[in-house]
Amino acid sequence: MDTIQGSEPRMPDPSKPYPVTVLGYPAEMIGPKETYARVSDQIAGIPLKHPHPKFWLTCFAIAGSLFLMFCVAVGYLLFKGVGIWGINIPIAWGFAITNFVWWIGIGHAGTFISAILLLLHQKWRTTINRLTEAMTLFAVMCAGMFPLLHLGRPWVFFWLLPYPDTMKLWPQFRSPLVWDVFAVSTYFLVSLMFWYLGVMPDLATVRDKAKTKWKKIIYGISCMGWRGSARHWQHHQSAYLLLGGLATPLVLSVHSVVSFDFAVAQLPGWHSTIFPPYFVAGAIYSGFAMVLNLLIPIRRLYRLQNLITTRTLNNMACVTLVTGWMVIYGYIMEAFMAWYSNDPFEKHMMWDRAFGSYGWVFWGLMLLNCVIPQLLWSRRIRTHDLALFFVALSVNVGMWVERFVIVVQSLHHDFVPSSWKMYYPTKWDVITLLGSIGMFLMLLLLFIRYVPMISITESRELIALRREGQL
Amino acid sequence: MKPTPPSRTFDLADVRARLDGLRGQQYWQSLDEIAETPEFKEMLHREFPNGASEWDDGVSRRSFLKMAAASLALAGLTACTKQPVQHILPYVKEPEELVLGEPQLFATAMCRGGYATGVLAKSREGHPIKVDGNPEHPASLGGSSVWMQASILDLYDPDRAKTLLRDGEISTWADFASDFNRILREHEANQGAGLHFLTETIISPTLAAQLDAILKKFPQAKLHSFDSISRDHVREGARLAFGQFVETQHRFEKTSVILSLDSDFLYTHPLALRYAREFANARRVSSGKGEMNRLYVAESTPTITGTMADHRLALGSAEVEMLSRSLAQRFGLGTMDGTSTKSESWLNALARDLEKNRGKSIVIAGEWQPPIVHALCHWLNDKLGNVGNTVFYTEPVELRPTNQLASLRELVSDMQADAVKTLLILGGNPVYAAPADFDFATVLPKVKQSIYLGTELDETAALCAWHVPQAHYLESWGDAKSFDGTISFQQPLIEPLYGGKTPPEILDLIFPQQPVRDDYEIVRSYWETQKRWPDFEKGWRRSVHDGLIADSALAEKKMELKSDAIGEALRSHQVSVTGIEVTFRPDPSIWDGRFANNGWLQECAKPVSKLTWDNAVIISPALAQQQNLAAGDIVELELNGRKVRGPIWLQPGQAEKTVTLHLGYGRERAGRVGRGVGFNANQLRTSDALWSASDLKISKLGEKHPLVATQTHHNLQSPERQIYREGTLNDFKANPQFVKQSIESPKNAETLYDTNEYRYDGYKWAMSIDLNTCLGCNACLLACNAENNIPVVGKDQVARGREMYWIRIDTYYKGSLDNPEFSHMPVPCMHCEHAPCELVCPVEATMHDHEGLNLQVYNRCVGTRFCSNNCPYKVRRFNFLWYADYKTPSFKPMYNPDVTVRWRGVMEKCTYCIQRISRARITAEKENRRISEHEIQTACQQACPTNAIVFGDLNTPNSTVAKLKTHPLDYSMLGELNTRPRTTYLAKLRNPNPEIQSEAKG
Repeated sequence: MDTIQGSEPRMPDPSKPYPVTVLGYPAEMIGPKETYARVSDQIAGIPLKHPHPKFWLTCFAIAGSLFLMFCVAVGYLLFKGVGIWGINIPIAWGFAITNFVWWIGIGHAGTFISAILLLLHQKWRTTINRLTEAMTLFAVMCAGMFPLLHLGRPWVFFWLLPYPDTMKLWPQFRSPLVWDVFAVSTYFLVSLMFWYLGVMPDLATVRDKAKTKWKKIIYGISCMGWRGSARHWQHHQSAYLLLGGLATPLVLSVHSVVSFDFAVAQLPGWHSTIFPPYFVAGAIYSGFAMVLNLLIPIRRLYRLQNLITTRTLNNMACVTLVTGWMVIYGYIMEAFMAWYSNDPFEKHMMWDRAFGSYGWVFWGLMLLNCVIPQLLWSRRIRTHDLALFFVALSVNVGMWVERFVIVVQSLHHDFVPSSWKMYYPTKWDVITLLGSIGMFLMLLLLFIRYVPMISITESRELIALRREGQL
Repeated sequence: MKPTPPSRTFDLADVRARLDGLRGQQYWQSLDEIAETPEFKEMLHREFPNGASEWDDGVSRRSFLKMAAASLALAGLTACTKQPVQHILPYVKEPEELVLGEPQLFATAMCRGGYATGVLAKSREGHPIKVDGNPEHPASLGGSSVWMQASILDLYDPDRAKTLLRDGEISTWADFASDFNRILREHEANQGAGLHFLTETIISPTLAAQLDAILKKFPQAKLHSFDSISRDHVREGARLAFGQFVETQHRFEKTSVILSLDSDFLYTHPLALRYAREFANARRVSSGKGEMNRLYVAESTPTITGTMADHRLALGSAEVEMLSRSLAQRFGLGTMDGTSTKSESWLNALARDLEKNRGKSIVIAGEWQPPIVHALCHWLNDKLGNVGNTVFYTEPVELRPTNQLASLRELVSDMQADAVKTLLILGGNPVYAAPADFDFATVLPKVKQSIYLGTELDETAALCAWHVPQAHYLESWGDAKSFDGTISFQQPLIEPLYGGKTPPEILDLIFPQQPVRDDYEIVRSYWETQKRWPDFEKGWRRSVHDGLIADSALAEKKMELKSDAIGEALRSHQVSVTGIEVTFRPDPSIWDGRFANNGWLQECAKPVSKLTWDNAVIISPALAQQQNLAAGDIVELELNGRKVRGPIWLQPGQAEKTVTLHLGYGRERAGRVGRGVGFNANQLRTSDALWSASDLKISKLGEKHPLVATQTHHNLQSPERQIYREGTLNDFKANPQFVKQSIESPKNAETLYDTNEYRYDGYKWAMSIDLNTCLGCNACLLACNAENNIPVVGKDQVARGREMYWIRIDTYYKGSLDNPEFSHMPVPCMHCEHAPCELVCPVEATMHDHEGLNLQVYNRCVGTRFCSNNCPYKVRRFNFLWYADYKTPSFKPMYNPDVTVRWRGVMEKCTYCIQRISRARITAEKENRRISEHEIQTACQQACPTNAIVFGDLNTPNSTVAKLKTHPLDYSMLGELNTRPRTTYLAKLRNPNPEIQSEAKG
């Protein structure tokens, strides 16, 4: 007989602060004392009452100043040119493309959680999907800036878009960069629609609970006049499932297309058929790490432990571990194929990756991505939120380093030794990266402050399921 | 726009006037404003009846505006802001033969290394834009050197001396003439005592005649010559061997064995271009000819000649002398006093090889070897029967040959003794270039009446009373002799930009004429007196047109060798070297410093070290290890109490205990580009040790100086990388196909593309580069820079890896660290038929044309740089910042008008000189014929002195390039990637002596 997950028998275990299942896993999907009203009040209270204003303001000030630095960096970039970064020939892509792939990868976790886990009926996604979907949106926004900024002539970026121009010239459709345009824009639009559709009923809840006139008006407009009628709900559910279905293949396709930026090229280190699945796995890996990095502090600060339970954290950590092993498989395959192919360029690339000028970066990567995440085998670590935070941070940074190694190290030692050079990032490279993180955090903080960050609707569904004995 | 009363006719001039009349904030906003006026509509109808009818048919405004845009552009109404009034003036009478848009070629001559080389300068719209070798001139045979190519930048150098200066204040030629006259009148009284002239090597017959006349008029006056890269040792060696000055000429084409004793005859020799061509002809292995010459080189620092060697010894300067003595002893001259050289077996094999090839060998010594070595060379050539075959002697080429060091020493001692009242310096920058112990900078101010004719505001100009700007050779009339004696003519392509004067013009003031003669009249009247041609006017015009006097090379002269004198010199002079030896050499790019302000040459990667924007203290890896030095460490060098500081550079192939310093750097007054670059090696160079000295002390200072090289990886890493393919002549003879068999290449049908789709039936452009004859001299690099308006990016950008050469020379080392084998590989764009770059450009900025060219469309490029990432050859260059110089006014006439100057953010690369292809195509189409084989030469092909680069059409039957593609040595670089490059290479063959084991090479 199928067990609806979350409905397993509970054992009280004095050694653990949470109830466990037969196998010892955390069991609670949602806190035991939750009711409909409690859930609505708790979640909707955050945009209405703005708890912890000092903390939020401090974080916002930091994120805001990083964002301002970003604006300065971008302004100087447009004024002076792409040469303010450390790129050169042969290493014509540096931090900008690394950042692009990293941000897009991060975005994949949100869509994975929202769409794929939805279709797989994984109820534990319920309380995290709103935040992670927002995270996806902001990550894609950050990501989308970089392909524009890294252009030599960004003011004619629109030539990559398929529009009928006076010369009857369309983009060159065989180029992976054009595929990127479609993939990323589709991804952004679908994610936006999916997220917005989902948040609409919750915005209506906030509107109903709002006390001031302006809040009522703004939330009212933004929820497009949601009345909560049966008709609305029926349309909402079908549309939500449809968009979920639409977003699902994007999880696999978008990062596969991004990986084609590398796999289609013939550079040793890029030209690898394992890239699409390897990148998708890596994307989910880094995305979940970012989700953990965001959720754990938010959960603590806003006291959402009853909604975002230990079980949720445990499951996320498991997904991280699994995708991490897929990434490790990718590393092993690359090294194996370099040896097995006997191609001198591939062999040299692999040797240089581990023992060349950027060798220390590679070994750091191994530590961050392969060694430290093995701690996640331990349930104690998985359920201890501080430890989990640091392991996730290691993966987050490690995935950035991985893209750096792929982009820069492969380029710096390619076919012809006479063009081997080094890439040294400049301060503008670093400022632009930190600034994009600042922009992301700033948007996220605004989201937390003004939009219900957990899906009220779906949390109430969980409660309904429990009352019906199915949870 | 003010409303105007309707007029019956629409007058463009009227519109212009109206726009002109706008003041202040009134701008007309759009084409619509103009287009709305009924007058304009009427005008359009009148001027473009066909277009207007389309408009009358009610087509949308958009297409109307598209049409209008063209006509409005012609009407000058192209911008929404008020244009300044600029009057363009068409030729009322177009000068004869000047078709605007067509280049004109003028033959002239350029002096380098003291001697002239014939050049062809290309002029567009009245100003020169490119200089190439003159194919008819025996000294260049059409090839170029880096200095020839870069000379165009010197013409337009914004830091050139622009005005006459008297004690730093601007003055005029008239003032100078009157002051000079006063000086001369004072000297007339004492027959010219105290009147001194300092020139460089005199090779101009006109100048020599003027100097003769001057010395007749002023018997007490003294004439001195000095060239920092002096050929004194060569002269003295000849005097030792023959009792008089003679010039030694060589015929490299007939040689089978060449021994170079520290001679860079392929690069620094005054006749290097010709020698390179002859050497290459003897080296090239074509399908018909299966023999190659063999080159042995003994030198202290890797030079271009050394990199071409089949066998090379890295020996210090003094050790080279010992080697030459040892060799002479094997042939019966002198005795070696017990000191044996390290390379006994090498010498034995060499001696046997020379003996086997009697009459077909050359032994040549470098200008920096002491006279005794030159004398030994003369003796050896005589003994080996080379004289009259591969070596012959002529009268000295230079007029008034003298020992230049003694000449300068005399001048300096006269200045020291206050015996010099007036000193006229005709070029050369002696304050910088003179030996340090002469202390020229201290004694020169003692001369109150000093006049300096120079192109730059340099160190000498700062200390002279008068500074007269010198005319560049492209602005001068003149004559000059090449090293083989050919009399070459200089004709200007442009009026002196800054009123510069030539040496004859200054000397002519000594014999006042009315009116004052300019350089044209001086040269012409000299030749009139020479009575060389029965019809002077015809002969003169012919010679000026050709740039030379045909068959004026010096005749062979039979000389008698004074073996006793040589033997005596051998016995009396001992060779010894103690401690670390230091050698001074002219810089491969900057020469003696005169090109310090030339950005192209500063950025040009030096042939072996690939350094740019710096000179270095070049030491061997072994010495560096002993002294615990790393590249970039600043050291203080001390020689006989003189000190200088410089950064270390480790050079494989450098003689173990020898340090080489390149001259020409560390200049203090050299313009915006050259000032403060590098360190001044002249500070260590004294007159008793002009080229080498011993007991150099090196002390590490603990600081570092960043040295920037464009290539830092010279090792091909693994034999499986068949990027540079080479073998020996015996390998080739045993198996001619060994190159093609060295790696499996994809077959023609192995492609996903339809091979029938692009058949290239018209022209099929391709290029073949012969690695066997490429010297790595960088002439192609600079020719491409000049032809294609390639920007100079500066040291810090080169340090970041952003140099902009479209063709580069890769140098690879093979073998031991102490004495590797060197290989040069020029790499332009391969123009792959299956171009990896074309696939990945998102906006079709790079694409293929129907003739096989890989095109780069600058105005479509958005700058994603994916094309560069996907190019396995990394030949693409990106404008990371605003590199192109749009602002410096003096460079504007220099740019080639046929080539776009690229904007920031745009990718660029070699185009197979598509502008030259287009030009030839236009001419051919006008004449209704096909482009013939020799009509197109790419810039690199034209510049190459050895004809290593061949470009042409594969579909032209029997074209050179088509034949070379069928050569067994032909291969594609990275062909296994199936890129199908149109640029292919002919593998390098070496011709080692089987008697010399590979271990003993070092």
